[in-house]
Amino acid sequence: MLGTIIAFKDYSVVQGIMGSPWAGLKYFKLFFDNPAAWDLIKNTLFISLYDIAACFPLPIILAIALNEIRQGRFKKFVQIVTYAPYFISTVVLVSMIIVLTSPRLGIFNHILEAIGLHSINFMGDPGLFRSIYVWSDVWQFTGYSAVIYLAALSGIDTSLYEAAKIDGASRLQKIIHVDLPGIMPAITIILILTVGNVMGVGFEKIFLMQNPLNLDTSEVLSTYVYKMGLLNANYSFAGAIGLFNSVVNLILLLLANLFAKRISGNSLW
Amino acid sequence: MAKANSIKESFGDKVFLTIIYTFLIFVVVIVLYPLIYILSSSLSSPLAVSSGKVWLWPVDFSLEGYKAIFSNSQVLVGYANSLFYTFFGTIVSVTLTVLFAYPLSRKSFYGRNVLMIFILFTMLFSGGLIPEYLVVKNLHMLDTRWALIIPKAIAVWQVIIAVTFFRTSIPEEIVEASEMDGCSDLRFLWSVVLPLSKPIIAVLVLMYAIFQWNSYFDAMLYLKSEALFPLQVVLRNILILNTTSSASIDAQKLMDMKQLADLMKYSLIVVASLPVLIIYPFVQRHFMKGVLIGSVKG
Repeated sequence: MLGTIIAFKDYSVVQGIMGSPWAGLKYFKLFFDNPAAWDLIKNTLFISLYDIAACFPLPIILAIALNEIRQGRFKKFVQIVTYAPYFISTVVLVSMIIVLTSPRLGIFNHILEAIGLHSINFMGDPGLFRSIYVWSDVWQFTGYSAVIYLAALSGIDTSLYEAAKIDGASRLQKIIHVDLPGIMPAITIILILTVGNVMGVGFEKIFLMQNPLNLDTSEVLSTYVYKMGLLNANYSFAGAIGLFNSVVNLILLLLANLFAKRISGNSLW
Repeated sequence: MAKANSIKESFGDKVFLTIIYTFLIFVVVIVLYPLIYILSSSLSSPLAVSSGKVWLWPVDFSLEGYKAIFSNSQVLVGYANSLFYTFFGTIVSVTLTVLFAYPLSRKSFYGRNVLMIFILFTMLFSGGLIPEYLVVKNLHMLDTRWALIIPKAIAVWQVIIAVTFFRTSIPEEIVEASEMDGCSDLRFLWSVVLPLSKPIIAVLVLMYAIFQWNSYFDAMLYLKSEALFPLQVVLRNILILNTTSSASIDAQKLMDMKQLADLMKYSLIVVASLPVLIIYPFVQRHFMKGVLIGSVKG
């Protein structure tokens, strides 16, 4: 943590952290003066928000749907299947994406051609990058995230269900009026934690998915920090950006928490 | 539920249930298809894969992809390394986590709250990539095996799960009883807490093991020597950067190699995920329990 001081100094490898001259906010300014900075921030935000919008509701829907199933075997089967992709490593997942979307080899393009459309170079199209990133996230994590909601659902008082049934509520009504309110605390907390991570868009996966063709939309703050800092040894500069990233996350987290407290009385603290 | 007493489901409800079933089946297909496709492709002949003949089941069943993988020294070294890191990394991680979490779970521990807040803070905020790198560098761990075992040894989330578990499963009475009998803390930890903690240790082992097996970034960041690369990095080099060894001059051979390279990708994906996916069915119950314990605290 002390290393964050680097962001404020002219770091020289020889002099070490404490020995390097103090540079104040120089590197922060350097970063923001660069017009590319705003593109980076834009990309980061865009991908983050898109990711949250797609990844957040689906596990809830899946959990609620699963909760309606009485038949144990089918329920277990679906759970096991959807849970599996979580264990696939990022490298393997991105390899799968590359292989499945490849213009020549990939099954997706085979399907497209079979119905008469042209094959698309998915990974080479900056416009498609975000969607590929986000929907593969959905594929991988929905099952895993749904488990938390399922646990929350099982904690709902069964007498509420019975009351609903006696009052003649349809399944849909039961979901809206019993299930959803019952898991609101879990939803709120997970939402807060997710929002707090908005600017820290998953470096590893994006880094693997980047190629020269899609850099326009795929370069985000974290990958930039990596390239600047470690590959170009521009430690202070990258350190400044990294710190900026973390601080923004923290602020967003606190804001989200405050917001949640006001609105629903649930919060992280 | 006695048939005579149950309230009949309305027609609307039946329709809704059908929709739900359809949705779930749709979800299962979407999740399963890529997995099955990759497995089938890996078991097909190079020619079938390259010409796009594979749709669902293997075409021209062959194990050539796998043969190619296991004769590739990079892959084998990577596998061995990954096994090493997973084994030792998990032992180190679990030990440290338990040692860290146990004192935190005891009310009589001084400074407990401060420490808790401290580590929780790191869960929400971190110095970033550069300071972390510099710390590793200054500790002379760059390009050594330690770089993959020490820095990420303790995951705060796991500590929280462990603390919750200790708090709820080790009743104060046992603690007091052992204190009265003159049992030292260390002895208590070893003889009483550990045997009682089998479930949580199982969860910790699983989560750390999976994490170690799948991680590539730390290796990419801190390691330079090829001999130390874990499997995931080798995979990345072969599958994503397309850097395999050897070049061939003969045109036919070149084409064969290209086809084999394509096939190899599928087989490689399968081989890399195999340990995980094999253990998974047996282990998923414990995993879910781990997630549940953690989320209850949340």
